[in-house]
Amino acid sequence: MSGVLLSLAALVQGSSEAANEAGHFEPFLPGLIVLLPLLGFIANGYLSLRHARVSADSVRSGSEFDLSDASSRPSTHTLPTWIGPGVMGAAFLITLVNFSRMLGVHLEEAVVVHYWTWIATGTFSVEAALQLDQLSIIMMMVITGVGTLIHVFSVGYMKDDPGYPRYFAYLNLFVFFMLVLVMGSSYALMFVGWEGVGLCSYLLIGYWFSDREKADAGKKAFIVNRIGDVGFLVAMFLLFKNFGSVDFISIFHDADTLIYGGGLVTAITLFFFIGAIGKSAQIPLYVWLPDAMAGPTPVSALIHAATMVTAGVYLVARSSVLFALAPFSSAIVAGVGVLTALFAATIALKQNDIKKVLAYSTVSQLGYMFLGVGVGAYAAGVFHLMTHAFFKALLFLGSGAVIHSMHEAYHATHSHEDAQDMRNMGGLHRPMRITCITMWIATLAIAGIWPFAGFFSKDEIIWYAGAWAGAEGAPYPQLYTVYWMLALVAALLTAFYMTRMMVMTFHGKNRTGEKEQGHLHEAPPVMWIPLAVLALLSVFGGWINVPEALSSGWAGLGGLLPMSEWLHHWLEPITAQAHRVQEVNLGKYSYYAPFGGGEALWAAISTILAGTVVFLTVQIVRRQEILAVKDDATDLSGFSKILFNKYYVDELYDRVIVQPILRISRFCWRVIDAGIIDGAVNAVGWGSKGAGWLVSMFQTGSINTYAFILTVGVLFVLGASLF
Amino acid sequence: MITEALVLSAILFVIGTFGVLVRRNAMIMFLCIELQLNAVNLSFVAFSRLFGIEGQIFVFFVMTVAAAEAAVGLAIIISIFRHYETVNVDSFNLLKW
Repeated sequence: MSGVLLSLAALVQGSSEAANEAGHFEPFLPGLIVLLPLLGFIANGYLSLRHARVSADSVRSGSEFDLSDASSRPSTHTLPTWIGPGVMGAAFLITLVNFSRMLGVHLEEAVVVHYWTWIATGTFSVEAALQLDQLSIIMMMVITGVGTLIHVFSVGYMKDDPGYPRYFAYLNLFVFFMLVLVMGSSYALMFVGWEGVGLCSYLLIGYWFSDREKADAGKKAFIVNRIGDVGFLVAMFLLFKNFGSVDFISIFHDADTLIYGGGLVTAITLFFFIGAIGKSAQIPLYVWLPDAMAGPTPVSALIHAATMVTAGVYLVARSSVLFALAPFSSAIVAGVGVLTALFAATIALKQNDIKKVLAYSTVSQLGYMFLGVGVGAYAAGVFHLMTHAFFKALLFLGSGAVIHSMHEAYHATHSHEDAQDMRNMGGLHRPMRITCITMWIATLAIAGIWPFAGFFSKDEIIWYAGAWAGAEGAPYPQLYTVYWMLALVAALLTAFYMTRMMVMTFHGKNRTGEKEQGHLHEAPPVMWIPLAVLALLSVFGGWINVPEALSSGWAGLGGLLPMSEWLHHWLEPITAQAHRVQEVNLGKYSYYAPFGGGEALWAAISTILAGTVVFLTVQIVRRQEILAVKDDATDLSGFSKILFNKYYVDELYDRVIVQPILRISRFCWRVIDAGIIDGAVNAVGWGSKGAGWLVSMFQTGSINTYAFILTVGVLFVLGASLF
Repeated sequence: MITEALVLSAILFVIGTFGVLVRRNAMIMFLCIELQLNAVNLSFVAFSRLFGIEGQIFVFFVMTVAAAEAAVGLAIIISIFRHYETVNVDSFNLLKW
């Protein structure tokens, strides 16, 4: 099978000059990485259609084929179980092969593999070409690696779902588009992936489409994303107008001709950022992400935490040269990022749905990434993207295991309580020990506790925000000081709401119900093994990029963690041009935070503070009396009510944007379309009908009348021609 | 000479026209149409004195067509008579829709 694939891919391959120079990159390998999930999609999609036809036929013929019947399950589930995660595992292995080769040959320039010319008009052409470089390989590793784990987890999570093959078809298709997004060698190809992942996100949020609310959540995500996409398109058009190309290499090569801080580059980057706001759920377009939790939980882990929503961060990191040339846009990026981080963190404080807490947490962490790339620390942003993919995927999958267990418990007793509400949980650490331990690791990681992954990545971002404020000749230094302080506050809030979630879920008294308690159980191995792998990554993932100032000090165990700033150096070929621009125009970073002290000191302060918050939260939340949903009659008041209702942003958007649009649409429909346009068409119809009726009066059928009219007519014509 | 012939032709034509318009008997109306045709024939012949032989040739054509028309027309009238037992055109109005 794979031999056939290889020769197929070799047939499609074009030439690759850069690859030949490096001599290590067969052109079909990157193509194969993209192709494998696509083949998985085709196979699973076919199985899904066939499965749908079989069940429709059996319904028609009245046979006893029951979808929930255990005996019928294996026949429809076996193939997708192997194909879905299988293609992902294979893609991950090939990515690893490519990665190990890249480790060997330090690439100064990206390897671009041309397959065919996609668009060719006049002077403008877009190649269907994939780009392998230090940034895209990191993204590919995250997508295929975390993606494989999530696919494996899904095998357990979705095993009772009748749409099982369809689920894996969508999931494979998503990975295909995500890989196109990060591997495309031009903005046009990136946009193909950008739209494709949006489509898959829509399909998977509305996966249980017979539920009106879930279908609506899918639509909301799709529509809100379209708003951002307009920005992406406009930015792409501007690039084409000025460079005559949308190719990464040629644009970044010509970027030196742009004026630092000029209007053009500011406009391009701001429009790109509008696209990033939509895709990565930042203020003001973040509202779709919490609703996107309507999809299956592994989908939330893959699409709405680890990969798709980070596409905006990838976009900014990829366009680092342009953003470095536009200090105003960068300040906007960092500002929107830090405000989102703080804003979403406050909402997360009061949510009771376990997935909603994680959704707002994701929005908040994405804000951190934008703060990172906004202050020119592109490597730090990508670093946090990576570690966040580990621990947030772990948190979502862990919450999936919890929901799965809760759901089965309620299912066994036929009660209709909410399986996602943390008020119904509590004390789950007893039946679900592994899930509890792995999720605690992820929580410590996201809270920024040393030595977990999140500590290194988040700390670096906050540090760079402070360092930017002190850079010589930096624009808006006071603004960046504010950013730095807000980021610190948001970090403490993160520690609080995550610990609150953990305590409410796993500790204290169990509130699930008397009968249901016995049915709570640990997830099967197919689900907890991915959790364990992700937990390991959440611990060690941060060690690849220990800041230089820390590696020899306490945080690096006195130099015991060997990979000091590895990721930073690894991404240098990508970020070097941007850093050169920054250095020329801004000067070096200062090595002191706005209030004095070095990086080591502030890292120590932040981890001690975060640890204190975690400890105090455990004490506070454990003592709180939490009531199960059915007994809970707590009336919220004041600020906590506002937080519980998410600042009423959805209501505000509904009032200010959705309802007016609906009213205008209804006006256009009822008055302009049905009234004026249809009215005119109908009037013409009625007019000719009436005229026909009138004229038909002359057609009496009597020969005399006809003869008379004929004669009169002849006389009239004669008279007219004579006189 | 030609004036008299044309005046006669005109008189015959008008008589034929009025006959078609005012009479109700299909047979009479049919005869009146023949009268109109022959009035035209008369003017053709009269004009052929001035302009050459073509007018007389045309008369033969008109007579041929009139003969064919008489055959078809009479057949229609006979079948109508068989159906309605009358040839009064007021009693049927089939020539519509």
